Amino acid sequence: MPPILEMSAIAKEYYGNRVLKGVDLSVDAGEIVCLVGENGAGKSTLMNILFGMPVVHATGGFSGAVKIAGQRVAIDSPFKAMECGIGMVHQEFMLLPGFTVTENIKLNRELTSSNPLSSVVGALSPSAGKRLESLDFDSMTRDARAALARVGLEVESEATVGGLPVGHKQFIEIAREVDRHKARILVFDEPSAVLTESEADRLLETMRALARDGIGILFITHRLDEVMAVADRIVVLRDGERVAQLAGSEASVGRIAELMVGRKIEKRDLPPRSFSVSDAELALDIRDLVVDMPGEPVTGATLSVRRGEILGIGGLAGYGKLGIANGIAGIYPGRGTVLKDGLPLPLNDPAGSLARRVAFLSEDRRGVGLLLDESIELNIGLTSLQVQGKFLRTWLPGLSLLDAAGLRAHAREMIRWLDVRCVGPEQPVRRLSGGNQQKVCIAKAVTLDPDLLFVSEPTRGVDVGAKQRILDELVSLNRDRRMTIVVTSSELAELRSVCDRIAIVARGKVSRVLAPDAADVDFGLAMAG
Amino acid sequence: MRERVLALYEKWFLGRVAEIGIPRLLITAFVLTLLGVAYFYGMNLSFLLSDSLVRVGRNGILVLALLPAVQGGLGLNFGLPVGVAAGLVGLLIPMEFDLGGWKCFVVATVLAALFGWLAGLAYGWLLNRVKGQEMMVGTYVGFSVVSGMCIFWLLAPFHNRKLIWPIGGQGLRTTLPCTSGMSRFLDDAWRVKFGDFSIPTGLLLYFLVLCGLVALFFRTRAGLAIRAAGENPLYAKACGISEDRSRLLAAALSTMLAAVGIVAFSSSYGFVQLYLAPLMVAFPAVAALLIGGGSVNRASVSHVLIGTLLFQTLLTIALPVANKVVSGDISEVARVVVANGMILYALTRGSR
Amino acid sequence: MNAPAEHRNFDWMALARKQAVPITFVALCLTLCVMSGQGPAFLAGEVATRLARNSFTTLSLIVPVLAGLGLNFGIVLGAMAAQMAIITVVHWNMAGLSGFLAAALLVVPIAIAFGWLVGLLFNRAKGREMVTGLIAGFFANGLYQLLFLFLVGTLIPFHNPALLLPEGYGLRNTVNLAPVNYALDDILSVTWKSGQGMAWTVGSADKTQPATGAVPSTGPESAGAGSPVKIPISTFLLITGLCLGIGWLMATKLGQDMRAVGQDMHIAEVAGIPVDRTRLIAVVVSTVLAAWGHLVYLQNMGTLNTYSSHEQIGMFGVASLLVGGASVSRATVWQALLGTLLFHTLFVTSPLAGKTLMGDPQIGEYFRVFVAYGVIALALALHAWKGGHQK
Repeated sequence: MPPILEMSAIAKEYYGNRVLKGVDLSVDAGEIVCLVGENGAGKSTLMNILFGMPVVHATGGFSGAVKIAGQRVAIDSPFKAMECGIGMVHQEFMLLPGFTVTENIKLNRELTSSNPLSSVVGALSPSAGKRLESLDFDSMTRDARAALARVGLEVESEATVGGLPVGHKQFIEIAREVDRHKARILVFDEPSAVLTESEADRLLETMRALARDGIGILFITHRLDEVMAVADRIVVLRDGERVAQLAGSEASVGRIAELMVGRKIEKRDLPPRSFSVSDAELALDIRDLVVDMPGEPVTGATLSVRRGEILGIGGLAGYGKLGIANGIAGIYPGRGTVLKDGLPLPLNDPAGSLARRVAFLSEDRRGVGLLLDESIELNIGLTSLQVQGKFLRTWLPGLSLLDAAGLRAHAREMIRWLDVRCVGPEQPVRRLSGGNQQKVCIAKAVTLDPDLLFVSEPTRGVDVGAKQRILDELVSLNRDRRMTIVVTSSELAELRSVCDRIAIVARGKVSRVLAPDAADVDFGLAMAG
Repeated sequence: MRERVLALYEKWFLGRVAEIGIPRLLITAFVLTLLGVAYFYGMNLSFLLSDSLVRVGRNGILVLALLPAVQGGLGLNFGLPVGVAAGLVGLLIPMEFDLGGWKCFVVATVLAALFGWLAGLAYGWLLNRVKGQEMMVGTYVGFSVVSGMCIFWLLAPFHNRKLIWPIGGQGLRTTLPCTSGMSRFLDDAWRVKFGDFSIPTGLLLYFLVLCGLVALFFRTRAGLAIRAAGENPLYAKACGISEDRSRLLAAALSTMLAAVGIVAFSSSYGFVQLYLAPLMVAFPAVAALLIGGGSVNRASVSHVLIGTLLFQTLLTIALPVANKVVSGDISEVARVVVANGMILYALTRGSR
Repeated sequence: MNAPAEHRNFDWMALARKQAVPITFVALCLTLCVMSGQGPAFLAGEVATRLARNSFTTLSLIVPVLAGLGLNFGIVLGAMAAQMAIITVVHWNMAGLSGFLAAALLVVPIAIAFGWLVGLLFNRAKGREMVTGLIAGFFANGLYQLLFLFLVGTLIPFHNPALLLPEGYGLRNTVNLAPVNYALDDILSVTWKSGQGMAWTVGSADKTQPATGAVPSTGPESAGAGSPVKIPISTFLLITGLCLGIGWLMATKLGQDMRAVGQDMHIAEVAGIPVDRTRLIAVVVSTVLAAWGHLVYLQNMGTLNTYSSHEQIGMFGVASLLVGGASVSRATVWQALLGTLLFHTLFVTSPLAGKTLMGDPQIGEYFRVFVAYGVIALALALHAWKGGHQK
């Protein structure tokens, strides 16, 4: 019998960037296949192709073949994917809070019966007639209850979903996919991220039960212990390639972690320091930091930053690495103790942390870091103007106006120093490339003259040439201006190339602090938590 | 060669047209056509243009009042009547005491600014609680305030015989003539005349000075904070700017300018209009700003100036021209269509 | 739909908080009724007439609320369509029920076209449908005036001295709708006069008999025991039919799609529901219903103010719905009916109460305008306020 799903030699380019380089993946009926890999390994692109997401086809399609039960299919829309019997349990819930459990399970697949008007209209236009048919709530409830029973969730089918606990919603989502009569393949995309321990166990149990019924399951997760618990087969992706395929019985957490992370490190010769760095002098002492950042929660991080070092923060998406910098900068609500140079740093107070010479370059450059429709010069100077009163000239007591000439001169200097490719300091930053926008952000931070700089995802959305340049600038800020820098990045290789130490965050806590040349296995294990 | 021509076409033609906006081009063309037609019919152009200048000065401050709200991220401030109501109260107080001339104007403006500021703080407080729906809430808050003030005008303790209904002894009249000397006080200051063409220098100067003050304000720390908060609240937060405070300030400024604006309007018009008269005051002002090139989330003093000039000229010339071409008052209809069409266009142009 | 079973000990406070708006207005209406100094018979008659006249229009707002479009201020365009249709019918010298039915048929294509255009606008202005609808109403009003003031009789050939202004073009400010007056109401009505009991009328028997609805309220002396109260049963039957029809629509696949789109467009889209099309249909349905509603209104009024009858329709409809306790995202048939009842009670009584209280009916007039605007402002603010907290 052919595998229920077979993807062969799948390759995909985004704007000349090869994100998938000929990946093979197959799932047999009744089998649980786990797909693991770091962020950016190509998992989500592979799933986008499987679901025929518009983003894939808008960017030139892909090469390779997809076969369902031995039949080659062209999946060009999510609708087609559903027709092929592929179901998706979403990471974010696709449930309507005001609908009942039944209505959600049957969303857009409602059972209907004809009525006089629908028959009349249906004679003219079958599709219009179909939409005018009356809902058959009795049959819908029966189906919904059956689906709920299959996933083992005991809940009133008339209950409104909005009031149910998060764990229930996850199972309702699964019940919806199970209810599709043709469901042959179910994809679980990080389903356990929001579940409690016992709910996660039940989820795994449900997966096994569904597999016993002959459904092929593709399970994407970062939790390697879950992988070990249910996987029949494990597929490891790295940099758009399938680097390994293991049987569940022959795998171990350490082995998987090593395969996920393993990468040749480009050895870089960093310039030497003219000053020393040690544990004796701390720039920042973070104790039990909790940050409520949606999607990146920090649940109690403890970490110390030495004065004058470049510290990296790494970890998997959703595990909280981004939350630390955002919490200290006051962007998201946080609590805990943070000492800067031995004195407490106020949390939830962006102005307060800026005043203590802590600067932050957000990972969301366009959303938080820049005023896209304003000029380069204003973007560079505005924060300093607001916080430190720079670039203001007092005309009368109480009347200070923007010192346009001073700001322009400063902006020109910054543009020259960072080599920002632009028409001039008055150009709106919206029209700059990602790399140049990042340089404007760096200029903004440097203008604040901080002694501690947080940089999150400094090279995201930046082309290869500019990437190197930005990392070099960070190193030179550290070496020449003695700025302490904390870099948060999803790209471990990048951290390993510039940092003195790397803290790995997993499930909201710092799991380990490693040297940049530590073994891949250690990084992998630390990331899995 | 062909590519170069295409590139030039894209850069110069499409780029410029996109920047200026098709509606603004159309309206400019329309105004020019009207001027041509007026000339063709042998109408007195100098007279028409002087009239248009008066109307620019008269309505300009109400358009300017929209600017802080747009800059502060509150959208088009359809709640302008809140400020207008406050301004009318400020204007009636010196009139109650029979103050005349520039004294009346100054006292009225100071009181209007004060009441406008206070009303604007309350209005801003409300708008901070309805983020995302400011325009709709503002529209109906404006309507409610105007209709609520109708009851106030009937019951308010004004006793000056010139202000209240002759019979009954209570309730303000619908239309009040301005006290002598205050009526057209700004229009006539330093008036310059060339034959039929006359420039209401004082009125225009007053408008321009206020424009200048607003432009200067947006170069101060507080003004720049409002701009940042309006454009990107998250950016503002990361700078330590309080978004809510900036929005409050923007709403208060906008409302205060509206209050000051209605004093200038009434003084130039020569009459104070009460009751339901201010109900629709925001719509032509909004239309003027949009015609000038502003949008729901971006506007500048130059948009105010260009928009007021274009829109008011259109209105001044459309009436007599229309009366020549077709009989009947088509200009009122044209005003409604142009103004609301412009607002619709701005609302349906994506980006929030 | 299913009442939660756990509410065994009834929480009166929760109900009061949830239904604060209608409860407040019930209290206000009762107070005003007492202060108006009118007998219950007069008030009941007035209110019944207005309920028959306006309920249909208020009900037309429900579908877009459920489809997530908020309060459809664009129903003004439906009213314009109705006026176009009824003017045409009068011009064709059609009368009575057949004239009314002809107008009801003729209005459908016009209202569909208008609703379609408004729907397209709404789909381009997601998140600000209400303010767009409001402005679209103003804009359309401009075009409407252009059409009827300037184009009819000039560019559009139309010769009917009874309808045209003396200049020979442009419609008169008022159009006499006598031919279709009470066409619907008189199919079946009951007239009640104190002391004489009830009289049923079937078919438009007596054209000369004046009904209270058309008589402007002239004060206590005419509102005494003598004046008859006519209740148009047929109109109420039609309204009942519409209520059932809305219930039926919401229980179809289309209705379910509307509710889904109304809750979350993104999720509906992912589930494969054609979001934009569903929204468009909701607006078209609303516009057609509003057009019919306005025809019901006009046949009862008997005269058409060419340039103002439609203007306030949107505002009155929206205010009525909100007074009944509906919100921008939630509305039921009962809220529409209760709201129409309360709003129009307020409308009838506030000038009278103003006169009794202050000796000045003007205050009451302003008060009711204030209430109409104020209740909309309050409802919008409360809705946005809650929405902000959820996020």
